Formats: sequence, C-alpha cells, structure tokens
Amino acid sequence: MIKRKNFQAVAIGSSAGGLNALKTVFTELDKKFPLPIIIVQHISADTDSYLPSLLDNLKKIKVKEADEKETPQKGIAYIAPPNYHLLIESDRSFTLTVGERVNYARPSIDVLFETAAEAYSDGLIGIILTGANNDGSRGLKKIREMGGLTIVQDPEEAEAEAMPASALEATNVDHVMKLKNIAKFLNSII
Amino acid sequence: MIRFIPIIAGRLKKRQEEILESQDIEIRLLIDAIFRKYGYDFRNYSQAHIKRRILNRFQLSGLNTISEMTHKVLYDSDFVDKILLDLSITVTEMFRDPTFYKAVRQSVLPILRSAPFVKIWHAGCASGEEVYSMAIMLKEEGLLHKTQIYATDFNPVIIKYARKAEYPISRIKEFTISYQKAGGTRSFSDYYTADHKSAKLNDNLKQNIVFDNHNLVTDSVFAEINLVVCRNVLIYFDRQLQDKVIGLFMDSMPGGGFLCLGSKETLQFSTHNESFEPVVEHERVYIKKYS
Ligand SMILES: C[S@@+](CC[C@H](N)C(=O)[O-])C[C@H]1O[C@@H](n2cnc3c(N)ncnc32)[C@H](O)[C@@H]1O
Repeated sequence: MIKRKNFQAVAIGSSAGGLNALKTVFTELDKKFPLPIIIVQHISADTDSYLPSLLDNLKKIKVKEADEKETPQKGIAYIAPPNYHLLIESDRSFTLTVGERVNYARPSIDVLFETAAEAYSDGLIGIILTGANNDGSRGLKKIREMGGLTIVQDPEEAEAEAMPASALEATNVDHVMKLKNIAKFLNSII
Repeated sequence: MIRFIPIIAGRLKKRQEEILESQDIEIRLLIDAIFRKYGYDFRNYSQAHIKRRILNRFQLSGLNTISEMTHKVLYDSDFVDKILLDLSITVTEMFRDPTFYKAVRQSVLPILRSAPFVKIWHAGCASGEEVYSMAIMLKEEGLLHKTQIYATDFNPVIIKYARKAEYPISRIKEFTISYQKAGGTRSFSDYYTADHKSAKLNDNLKQNIVFDNHNLVTDSVFAEINLVVCRNVLIYFDRQLQDKVIGLFMDSMPGGGFLCLGSKETLQFSTHNESFEPVVEHERVYIKKYS
C-alpha cells in the first residue's frame, strides 16, 4: 500500500452496476472512516433517491443526500441527488445545478470530479467504479493532474466494464483494484 | 512514473495551482466587465458553476486566453448574448417535480379561491414551461379567469421563447406523463395543437400572462403578490444573494402570501426564515406570516 499524507476527501463515480459495487465497498468500510466521501451514482431522473438510505442502513458510516451549500464533514458520505449536478466550490461547499446533461448524465461524474479536483487538489482520492459509458474519465484525469490519487475498479470484475476501461485509457491511474481491495485501501487511511 | 519523484511532483502541483489562481482572476475580470458594460451582475453566483460555463464557452470560442474573451465581450454584443445564455442555465420542463404541482393544487389553490383577484409571480421562468403548467392547473381549478400572472426572467432571449409557447414535439411525451402525475384532470392533448415538429400551447392559456424582463439581483419589487414561484434559480446564488432575493419576495407579498422554491432550495438557513412558515415543507411551499 502506498502511504500518502493528508488525504482530505474521497470522490466516487459509478453507473450501471454501481448499487451493488457501492454496497460491497460500504459493507467493508470502517465505521471510523476519517474522510468525507462524495458520490455520484447515475440514476434515472424520476426514481426516488433510495440510495442514501440503502447505504446508510448498512450501519457503517453515515450516508445522506448532498444538500445545497452544505460543507462535507469527516466520516460522512454524500450522494448527489437525482437530476442535479453536484459541484464543489473552492471553499468546499456543495453547489447543486440543473444544467444540461454532461455525457448524457445528470448528475455527471466529470462535473463532480473536475470541481472537486480543484477544491481539494492533491488531498483528493478519485475512484471510478463499474459503468457502461465514459463519464468520469476526464474528471479522473484532472484529479491526477492536480496531484490527487486515482483508483479504478478492475474492469474484469466490474459488472459493466466500459467506464473503468475508459478511465484507464484516459489516465495513467495509480491503482487498479477489485472492490474488496478498494475498501481495504480506504480503511488503511488514518 | 514521474509522480513519485517528489520534487517534480511538487513542482507540477505548484504550477497547476498558479495557473488556477491566474485563471480565477481572469474569470473575475470577465464577470466584472460584463457587469460594468451590460449591468448583469454575476459576482455573487456560484463560482464553480460560473467557471465551468465560462471555460466551456472558452473552449468553443477558439480564442487563446480568457482575457481575449473579456475583450470580445466588451466589443461584440452577439458574443455577450451567448455568454448570457451560458450563464443563465435555462433548462426547464412542464410540470417539473409533479408532486410539487400536486401540493400547490391541494394546499394553495383552495385558499386562493376565496380571493376576488389573484396575482402570481413566476421569477426566473426561463422558456415558460413552468408558467403554462401553472396556467393549466389554474384553468382546471376554475381560477385562471381571475388571475394575473407575471412571468419574468433576466434573459431577453429566453423570454421571447416563453411568449411563443411552442415546444419541440419530442418533449410532449415527457410533459404528458408529468401532467398526469401532477394530478391533471383532463387529457394533456387538450392544451396544444401539434404538427410534426412542434406543439403550440393554446392561446387561451396565455390571456392573463404578462412576460417581462426582470433581474432579481438589480431590479425592484412587485406589489401585492399572492403567490411567488421561484424554482431552481436561488441554487445558483451565494447565501448573501439568496437572502437579498428572498427579502425581495417578502416585500412583494402581504402576510398570507405563498412562496414556492425548487426541491433542493430551502428557507431553513435564510435570515428571513422566521418570517415564513412551511405549508408543505417537503415540496418547499411556504406562507408569509402576518406580522
Ligand atoms: C434553471 S432555470 C429555472 C426555470 C424554472 N423556474 C424551473 O424551475 O424549471 C433558471 C432561470 O433563472 C434565470 N435567472 C438566473 N439569474 C437570474 C436573475 N438574476 N434574475 C432573473 N432571472 C434569473 C435564468 O435565466 C433561467 O432562465
């Protein structure tokens, strides 16, 4: 494991197959996980957002929907609400917008990752999980450019391999890992 | 793998941060130029949002620097129209959030029914879909004939679209589903005539609507409004500007007036919170207290 200093936040992007993948990671996650986790999971616009309660019910770390202007706190996971883009301001508070879809998606992973990369620079860990499109590739590249740490789920394990494969093509990522190891890695952060 | 050589990685990061800092200054100068020349004040909008939109336009523009954009903004009014649209975000739909319309139908309209005359203000109405959704609902509840609707937006281009009441036929299916979910009592097709390209809403929906330019940041209040609808506009503003605009709404309505915000907007953190009471909290429907 790479020991790196001063991580301040984790950003996760997932799409098709993401519910199961997130569940796997969150089931393994330490209750005392010390960073905020910010998540974009593609979800159809008119579904009720049950993902926060689904992950919250695992009783690991607290999981909630991201509120407008909220500042992410340590040990809490935030999920972008359906039909809104989630952006991070330079003071690290959340902005929600209803702008055009990006990569056919709203929320879009690129929008979260690109703004989070600037807000947290090398304090950010960016993770791309399973998905059937290429959202998140640009954002992950940006996270790396800003000195952040980049992780991609092993496409062979992913329910849909396109999104992790596209991220691997776009960036020279730091780690390709299976879900179990991603959770282990996160738990090794103190 | 360059990144694990700490000195080079450190230098790279430093350069990135310097570029970012300069870019932020350039963007601020551009926003300032738009304000000074054209009066549109984006200084208290979400910076992350403004930045994304400007960089997007920058990439499309073929210009070399953001400062070149500032120059073009000052001397080319067509270009400023484009940027204005970029910064506006006019994405909207009919009966967006159907449960909101249901809540208004159930909890607000019955109270307005007893008034001799009703005034409604849609602030930030974009291309009008929200306004016509309201008009349809008012018609079905027998209120439209005694209602005056003011529909405003600061973007003159989008107001023109709103007046036309013509929407791409491809959107009608989605609108129809939302209309039904919102508790519509008729067939949605009663309200428009369609050809192969577009659907035009019936003129009788428009009768009591006045569309106008109005900038929430720089223009003044309306009088004696019974219901203010301002959805998905305040999310683009910082807290300070949100408070100012909510104050503007407050001054535009008597006690007992209703205020409706977007699903992700709340009065909870506003300095004006005490002046309102939630009617349907989850749908962001509030009533102004009698003082
Ligand atoms: C996302 S749309 C919301 C449309 C509609 N209310 C809805 O919820 O579907 C935001 C609108 O707010 C308008 N807007 C932004 N800033 C404004 C300001 N300062 N004054 C008036 N309108 C503004 C934009 O032009 C845009 O049409």
